[in-house]
Amino acid sequence: MKKQRIDYGSLKSKIGNVEITTGAVLESTGSTSKTKTGAWRSLKPVVDEQKCIGCGMCWTYCPEGCIEKSEKKFKVNFDYCKGCGICSNECPVKAITMVMEEK
Amino acid sequence: MKHVMEASHAISEAVKMIKPNVIAAYPITPQTHIVEKLSEYVANGEIGAEYIRVESEFAAISACLGAEATGVRAYTSTSSQGLALMFEVLFIVSGMRLPIGMTVVNRALSAPINIWNDHQDSMSCRDTGWLQMYAETAQECFDLTVMQYKISENKDVLLPSMVGLDGFTLSHVYEPFFIPEQKDIDDFLPEYVPTHAILEPEQPLTLGPIGFPSHYMELRKAQVEAMDNSLKVIENVFKEYSEKFPVQINGTRPEKYYHIEEYRMDDAETAFVAIGSVCGSIKDVIDDLRSKGEKVGLVKIITYRPFPMEAIKKSLKNVRNVAVVEKAISPGANGPVFEEICSVLFEAKSGAQVRNFIVGLGGRDVKLDHIQKIFDMTKKGEGKKQEWMF
Repeated sequence: MKKQRIDYGSLKSKIGNVEITTGAVLESTGSTSKTKTGAWRSLKPVVDEQKCIGCGMCWTYCPEGCIEKSEKKFKVNFDYCKGCGICSNECPVKAITMVMEEK
Repeated sequence: MKHVMEASHAISEAVKMIKPNVIAAYPITPQTHIVEKLSEYVANGEIGAEYIRVESEFAAISACLGAEATGVRAYTSTSSQGLALMFEVLFIVSGMRLPIGMTVVNRALSAPINIWNDHQDSMSCRDTGWLQMYAETAQECFDLTVMQYKISENKDVLLPSMVGLDGFTLSHVYEPFFIPEQKDIDDFLPEYVPTHAILEPEQPLTLGPIGFPSHYMELRKAQVEAMDNSLKVIENVFKEYSEKFPVQINGTRPEKYYHIEEYRMDDAETAFVAIGSVCGSIKDVIDDLRSKGEKVGLVKIITYRPFPMEAIKKSLKNVRNVAVVEKAISPGANGPVFEEICSVLFEAKSGAQVRNFIVGLGGRDVKLDHIQKIFDMTKKGEGKKQEWMF
């Protein structure tokens, strides 16, 4: 099959003042990592490092992949954590508490 | 060449000739002979397509979506519950502007379980942003299947399309039809050249991103504009096809394809409006009535989405009584075509009396007597706005 390339500029059009592309195609990739979903959070997980046994259940269960391994312990990536609380619920030693997010 | 085949196989032949790159279909009920034949063609090498035997219709349309997003031509076919299972993905396909071609063998939706013909399946998909065209004969099935790709893939359209044909009364009925030469089909429908979506590692693109409230309305409007553009594109493609492939077997298709087929509408005072195979019976009744001096005609709707408002308005301009004969019903309202015909007539400031006749649901026979009775009631203005012909 022939290799095709898209002339991205030709996909752009304007409706009113809003620029769109045919089928909402975006030239860039990685939009998921550019959208920091941490801003959606109302509750925030706080890890008690004294209690944490490093089992990794939070890392296993986090639906957004927001728990990061750091040496033996685990850290929350607050850029993307939406505060769902699954980590807190799954932690076998209750080391994660959900506290109200305050700005 | 002339052939006698069931309409399902007329579609298989058309799909073979348009050379799809991917065919994805679920093989069990409510599937038809269309993809059964296609799978044979792929197996024996007559079609060079990738055939994906998926686990459900949801997967079938999703596989077509993925295939089409790589910039190739994809095809699938389904019926009733299968189409219902695709529902969610239908919006995604049209929103991503992927010109997939699909055949819908029109059949009733459960419950109660029923595998026979009516139009409730595809009519309930009218708002999905897919083009919809309906066939009356095997020849129209073949022709519309070839034309749907040329329409969908047009750069001013880029919308998926479904061709509807009546389950059993058309899909399983043997009829004569004409198949053109492959080289002429190739000439009419060249290879698909994608213009906006190719999943290609050398040029990474994001397809199907989130559309925030700041952009969603504009993207929907763009879809509506594409649908509006398609009216003219369909007209041109129909014209080109009709000229390139003239009628070979009389009575198997309109001489010139158009959004609607007008049958003896010239001086008609009473008009039937209908879709699909029932139009054959209506034409017979009209011939009979005309021989008795009745001024009656038929407007057969071929293009249903986009809805050919202007064509219908023009055709019904001088008509006094309209009978919309439908194999679908929106419970709590009326048949979907009826509502749109009313809207056309309202806009045209027509004073015509319009009645909605619900026929043939779940494969109930629509007999000539039914049609005769519909004519009598419509002409005399008898009965309720919505009448069921049991």
